[in-house]
Amino acid sequence: MTLLQVTDLRICFGDKRAVDGLSFSLEAGGSLGIVGESGSGKSATALALLGLHQSAVVTGSIDFDGTDLVTADPRPFRGARIAMVFQEPLTALNPFQTVGDQIAEVYRLHTGASRRAARARAVEVLGQVHIPDPARRASAYPHQFSGGMRQRALIAMAIACRPRLIVADEPTTALDVTVQAQILDLLDEVRARTGAALLLISHDLGVVAGSAESVVVMRDGRAVESGTTEQVLLAPRHEYTRALLAAVPKPGTRSFEPGEPLLRLHDVRKHFPQPRRGSLRKPPPIRAVDGVSLDVCAGETLGIVGESGTGKTTLARMMVGLVPPTSGSITFDGVDIARRRGRSVQMVFQDPLSSLNPRRSIGESIADPLRLAGVRDPRARVVALLDRVGLAASEYDRYPHQLSGGMRQRVGIARALAPAPRLIVCDEPVSSLDVTTQAQVLALIEELREELGFALVFVSHDLAVLRQIADRVAVLKDGAVVEIGKTSEVYEQPRHAYTKELLAAVPVTDPAEARRLRALRSATN
Amino acid sequence: MTGYLIRRIGGALLVLFFLTTLVYGLFYLAPSDPAILTCGKGCTPERLADVRAAMGVDDPIPVQYWHFLEGLVAGRDYPAGPDVRHCPAPCLGYSFETDQPVTTLLLDRIPVSFALALGAEVLSLVFGIGAGMLAGLRRFRILDRVVNALILAGYAVPVFLVGLLLLLLFCVHLQWLPFPTYVPLTTDPLLWAQNLLLPWVSLAIIQAAVYARLTRSGIQETLAEDHIRTARAYGIPERRILWRRALRGALLPLVTLTAIDIAGIMTGAVLTETMFGLPGVGQLLVGAVRQIDLPVVVGVTLLTGLIIVVANAAADLLYAAVDPRVQLR
Amino acid sequence: MIRVLRKDRGFVAGAVVAGLMVLVAITAPLLAALAGQDYTTYHDTLLDSARGGVPSGPLGGISGEHWLGVEPGTGRDLFARLVYGAQVSVGVALAATALEVLLGITFGVAAGLGGRWLDAGLSRVIDLVLAVPILVLAVSLLAIVPQDWPRPLLLATVIALLGWGGTARISRGETLTLRTRDYVAAAQVSGASWWRVARREILPGLTAPILTYAALLIPYNMIVEAGLSFLGVGVRPPTPSWGQMLSSATTWFRADPLYVFLPGALLFLTLLSFVLVANGLRRALDPRQTEVPR
Repeated sequence: MTLLQVTDLRICFGDKRAVDGLSFSLEAGGSLGIVGESGSGKSATALALLGLHQSAVVTGSIDFDGTDLVTADPRPFRGARIAMVFQEPLTALNPFQTVGDQIAEVYRLHTGASRRAARARAVEVLGQVHIPDPARRASAYPHQFSGGMRQRALIAMAIACRPRLIVADEPTTALDVTVQAQILDLLDEVRARTGAALLLISHDLGVVAGSAESVVVMRDGRAVESGTTEQVLLAPRHEYTRALLAAVPKPGTRSFEPGEPLLRLHDVRKHFPQPRRGSLRKPPPIRAVDGVSLDVCAGETLGIVGESGTGKTTLARMMVGLVPPTSGSITFDGVDIARRRGRSVQMVFQDPLSSLNPRRSIGESIADPLRLAGVRDPRARVVALLDRVGLAASEYDRYPHQLSGGMRQRVGIARALAPAPRLIVCDEPVSSLDVTTQAQVLALIEELREELGFALVFVSHDLAVLRQIADRVAVLKDGAVVEIGKTSEVYEQPRHAYTKELLAAVPVTDPAEARRLRALRSATN
Repeated sequence: MTGYLIRRIGGALLVLFFLTTLVYGLFYLAPSDPAILTCGKGCTPERLADVRAAMGVDDPIPVQYWHFLEGLVAGRDYPAGPDVRHCPAPCLGYSFETDQPVTTLLLDRIPVSFALALGAEVLSLVFGIGAGMLAGLRRFRILDRVVNALILAGYAVPVFLVGLLLLLLFCVHLQWLPFPTYVPLTTDPLLWAQNLLLPWVSLAIIQAAVYARLTRSGIQETLAEDHIRTARAYGIPERRILWRRALRGALLPLVTLTAIDIAGIMTGAVLTETMFGLPGVGQLLVGAVRQIDLPVVVGVTLLTGLIIVVANAAADLLYAAVDPRVQLR
Repeated sequence: MIRVLRKDRGFVAGAVVAGLMVLVAITAPLLAALAGQDYTTYHDTLLDSARGGVPSGPLGGISGEHWLGVEPGTGRDLFARLVYGAQVSVGVALAATALEVLLGITFGVAAGLGGRWLDAGLSRVIDLVLAVPILVLAVSLLAIVPQDWPRPLLLATVIALLGWGGTARISRGETLTLRTRDYVAAAQVSGASWWRVARREILPGLTAPILTYAALLIPYNMIVEAGLSFLGVGVRPPTPSWGQMLSSATTWFRADPLYVFLPGALLFLTLLSFVLVANGLRRALDPRQTEVPR
């Protein structure tokens, strides 16, 4: 039986068409993934299902169980029969209300239950999403939960009124890989238990592959391809789907024998003192990096993988001398890194917008390290660099906000290349980019590496990206390296339990492989 | 919590110490000698020495300052001719001008200033939040504009100008009210309120503009937050979203401000009290400054510093009480 | 940005009036000379001694000679006193604001970029300045200082010394935010010194927030100056100031309402124009900022 039938949906913001003639259907109890890059209209579609657009013109029909939600009042459906899970779990919950109260409020609103019954239901659903000690945690405020727990709480809120459809809009984008896998597994479990249908919206083909029975691929407000997940991901018909799949990182093929050690880290630690809270006694410091020893050899690419809070950014910043270590030594060519700044080591940052001064033209930004290196009139060199990273010379005088994300990251790379460094440390250089742009920037970095022969430290949370680009990989957990080795060895024969857990959590685009990994995860838990 | 309190009190003492040192030091740099002023015409050197001893200004300045601090903590004795006059702690000395204990002078005046500040604050909260809500909800465009204009105008008028205009309008032109003369609350509550009405209103007009602006922007910012979208997506009625969530987010900063603003009005009431002839702390200060009455000036400065410090601490505690995310440290 | 400002009618009107007031302040001697008057000469003959010194004639003694009438009690020319009053009001407010911005940025950026101890020390100083009851201390200070010191300069200095805390707090906060931006890190990786970072990466980022704040400080300081003059610790007679005129008007406002109205209206108009300018700047530069001098 069809639960949701969307026909010829159009959503316009003023003159701009966000969604332009979209149709799809979803069976009761089924699961559908909508995949698309930013600006494809996938989130606008989700909001339209509940009539949550404030200023958009929505036409077409959204038939939900016999009611057209475009024309009918959607309010009785909100939360009761269609529930939504949002992207940012930190801001999606009311900071002034306890988690239990928020769930109970929604439940009472739609069922008219007593306070006591609503409270009991809140505790019950919190237990169903595997929040430990739900009766006590129901009285906690959202800020007292971790990111993954908040997302669980939001899912608990979604299932509180036993809806027939759960819409999850990028539910795992802000989360770590292992937490992402847990949340996706939870959504799957909830669907099996409650019989609710799931509409999963994501930019990540891998997320959809393991969790949806059928897929709609969206681009510029239209569905370019739809069908069962197997069909679309294994035998794509449309070229855009193929391009998306091609952009997914593939295992690298380069075989590289490391040369002499260039950058040497010996027992490096970084401890941040914590502010005294309440008591007079000094709390123990946060050990962001806690005893890391490793070498980066000339010409090689060392991948460093870790989830948020593992100290990977601190480690990267210490490698370029931005952050002085609390103890241990970092030497470049035998000289302390603090005295070797500038020409020999450079850095590429995660957020290309924040790494470029908004008040200076990009040409000026690239020229800066050249000037500091003593070049008098750097314009010609800057233009050559722009050309090398695939930007026109005419971009020299433009400002960061006038460029796209991918172009900005190219500027960041050009700036790092400017003083001809022997080592470039990249801190999550592609994680804020769309899949296709990410593939292009990765290809550019690989190309430059071959051509110029610099060594590369590539810090990332994304195992797939590292598998493509790194010669060796170090796995970071709680500020320490738990495993380091050749990329192929670490990926094929992981030795440490944490590495295994990480690898099992990586989203893959092959639906069969995704199911295998899910089974693996549930077996280990 | 203990650590927080210790740090807080330490910081407060530092501020108070700094203020008294500043005022004390500056007064002694002043060219005029209070003893000569007090002694008056036909002053003999012997009499001047007596006056100096009685005023406690015959010691070197650091010694005087030390005695002053001692008096604050433990009280002190003043020679008065053959006798000794004891001034119990917290001793701020005796007024050079009227010879009354400064502590008594201040205690007499505080209720007036406090009544002025409290009444003005209540008025401005009521009108400010009301106007800010009307503007923030954007229900009526004209109202929105009127409130916006009033908010701007509120920034652009000094309190004594408002006071003058109100006097001119209500006391001279319309003659609805008599000229304010302060009547103590205990004498006649109705007359008390009637006479404080104009000072309250002139302070509140300006203060309400600040609150209106904060309420308006607070409501608009909160309504744009993600959790409001969640509430809508779960069918929470719009009215409930407005009253329970948007307003709460908007009024939160006001809670902390209230404490600080009451202190601000009390310490800034110099102008209002002078304008309306209210016998408050501010008026005391202006009089004392004209007469170079050092103990009174130091006393008033210390008192205003204390009020501000206490208000800031109260604001912190209030904030921690209303916002679960805040931790005191 | 200029295009946005040009469309903002409030800003344009404010800018025109504020500019006019600055012009009046600069050309005060010229304007007074044009009217053929000065601000010190007493004109006893124009006063009605039977009514206690109220100007004779309608509307406070307006005539071809005295364009806005004369002051009750003294008979000094009101037009001359008002334009010279603009000099004090606008001059003191602008000078105090400039000094506050200078002090605030220096302390704020130093605290924001300095190490832990420098920041802790400077922050304490900033907190102290913020906790000072400005009016109370200014009244005390101004009463103590010898009478023969140059008064307007003194006023500006006292107001600025007691009032730079807000600018410093904003500068420090902004600097702390800006220094975490990756472009600052990028400059450091390339070997830029702290001084170069402050000059090229931090200061340009401070312009917008400081400009919007400083624009509101001008009317705020003007109110403080008028208040101090109102209390009689501002400029010394015979130098006129609007606040001082309003203060003496309190004794005359039954008999000569125009004497309240003229300085009051001028003060209000000037303040409003500067507030409108500040408001326009805030909307154009930084629509989210809500910080306001208190």
